Amino acid sequence: MAVRGNIVGIDSPEALEKALRAAYYLADEGLATAAYLALALGKPLLLEGAPGVGKTEAAKAIAAVLCRRLIRLQCYEGIDAAAALYEWNYPRQMLAIRQAGDESIDIYGETFLIERPMLAALRAPDSTVLLIDEIDRADQEFEAFLLEFLSDFQISIPERGTVRASEHPVVVLTSNRTRDLHEALRRRCVYHWIDYPSAEREARIVMMRASSVAESTARAVVAAVGRLRREPLTKAPGIAEAVDWAEAATVLHQRGARWPDAFKRSIGLALKDEEDLRFISPRLDALIAEAAA
Amino acid sequence: VNDETRLPHAARLFISFVALLRANGFAIAPEQTVAFLAAIELLGPKSLAHIRQAGLATLAPPPERQATYNTLFDIHFLGREELAANGAEDEEIVRLQEEGHGNEEALLADDANESGLTATRAEALTERRFAEGATSQALRRLSREAPARLPRRRGYRRGRARRGPWADLRRTLRETVRNDGELLHLGRLRRRTRLRRILLLIDVSGSMKGQTEENMKLAHALAQATSNIEVFTFGTRLTRVTRALRVKRREQALLAAAHLVSDWDGGTRIGDALRAFLSVPRFAGYARGAAVVVISDGLERGDPSSLRDAIARLARRSWRLSWLTPLATSPSFKPQTEALIAVRDLVDQIVDGGSTGAIVSHLLSIGERKVA
Repeated sequence: MAVRGNIVGIDSPEALEKALRAAYYLADEGLATAAYLALALGKPLLLEGAPGVGKTEAAKAIAAVLCRRLIRLQCYEGIDAAAALYEWNYPRQMLAIRQAGDESIDIYGETFLIERPMLAALRAPDSTVLLIDEIDRADQEFEAFLLEFLSDFQISIPERGTVRASEHPVVVLTSNRTRDLHEALRRRCVYHWIDYPSAEREARIVMMRASSVAESTARAVVAAVGRLRREPLTKAPGIAEAVDWAEAATVLHQRGARWPDAFKRSIGLALKDEEDLRFISPRLDALIAEAAA
Repeated sequence: VNDETRLPHAARLFISFVALLRANGFAIAPEQTVAFLAAIELLGPKSLAHIRQAGLATLAPPPERQATYNTLFDIHFLGREELAANGAEDEEIVRLQEEGHGNEEALLADDANESGLTATRAEALTERRFAEGATSQALRRLSREAPARLPRRRGYRRGRARRGPWADLRRTLRETVRNDGELLHLGRLRRRTRLRRILLLIDVSGSMKGQTEENMKLAHALAQATSNIEVFTFGTRLTRVTRALRVKRREQALLAAAHLVSDWDGGTRIGDALRAFLSVPRFAGYARGAAVVVISDGLERGDPSSLRDAIARLARRSWRLSWLTPLATSPSFKPQTEALIAVRDLVDQIVDGGSTGAIVSHLLSIGERKVA
């Protein structure tokens, strides 16, 4: 196992947490530890959690801390090797064959190869972070294919041979858990379940992300969002929604709306489902008043 | 054994912790143990919290079992005397340890996804074992005909075909190279179809008592026939039994399911159970675009308007929603129970669910209309 104790001066979870904070990401102890271990052990980091808890943001922040380019591979149903690894530029190859006439020509040269995210990350492992986003959306065939990539960090191109990474690249996978991932995938990764943050930390996140929001507003929004998360809603508001709601309420307030009213009128940024709105509306006034207190 | 390969004394404590986790049904691979030890070394460890975090990150206990992980951690590293503080979890641990044998237990405890509905008057918490019976003809018919007749949908993956909207450049180029650069035939691609997800919601309340066992056998046969399926049981609670039913041997699978479900033969609160189902985004996502099949007699103790709301939401997410009730034995069936009247206009079909044969016929006929 390639243990790297020290990555760009980060030699402990605490150091990583501090660096992430400088990149405007507040990680809790668990996430900082998992991310540090993933970097140090050279294993992929698998982040699971409800939508909107900051999984993708975490990957962006890690890339920023390491001063590396983030390569994002958004998964979707039907994603295949041609979209994730590499593809040949067929029209160009076809033209080259035509133009060559009787001369011999190598149509599998570098000029005909189109790099896709995974190959790009593999070729520059020391300057990129590969984010494989929402892996649960891809189908099981792709997940199985990913297993091989994540354990050996190599890709074989039949026409050219095997491409191997010179060092283990930094890979972050995220999942919303819309389906159970295969055990083997979890086994290969360092795993962290991102939960909703504590009220205290969430308020700090809101203030960090939306600088115009006053502390009292942030606290009130976080308290209200926390209460909403306890209700049986189709889509509970995530951190991003809390930030948006706080910002929207602040804007309305600056335009002259009174406080509870500003919260109420901008509820559409926190709850984005008509049935949820209908379900909560009779108690909305009480809920906001309680949160603001 | 030579000395270098022997583990240092201090490592034994961690290895025995992994063994304890395994005995309690956590599936942990040897490479994870190695990563666990490497992680501990990396972190110092400066405190016990570091070891706990290292375990969480590398041994990857599923989120719903993290409480069990923490309790086991406390037992192992802090000693037994601390246990008096949390008696509730202790009970579960003891039970698991008593019957702990690897895989089967993992199945049982892993998916105890009861969505926290509180118990009510009619609830009778019982565990029940399924009697083992001969495979009925209907189930054999299901497994025989399922691959060809279960509903399918167009997938997003492309496959070669004689005709189709896209040119298969890869194949064409290879053929061209073989023919010295002459393009003779243009290969085509089209979207392949794949099995549509089936969401099976089975009523296990007292009024369905006579049929519950057959329905569970049916669910197992269906789970074996298609990989794209989710099965939940409901009565006064909602339980996900999909993973239990994935086990190939029927007796073992049904036994596992029987352990998971704690509201056999109790009352029915379909509306509340469905609301609980829809409020977990992960579960609600299972209904999207799926063929949803509810097997229930619709004898509802709760509020019919809450049932109506829930069914309306379910119907909007699903591709087809069919309600199978043992009461609808004739084609001229008119819903009589309050619940069925409430949902009559929302579901696509109310059909006979009185026997395994009838349910199988219905399942095989859902996909008969054109592939959507």
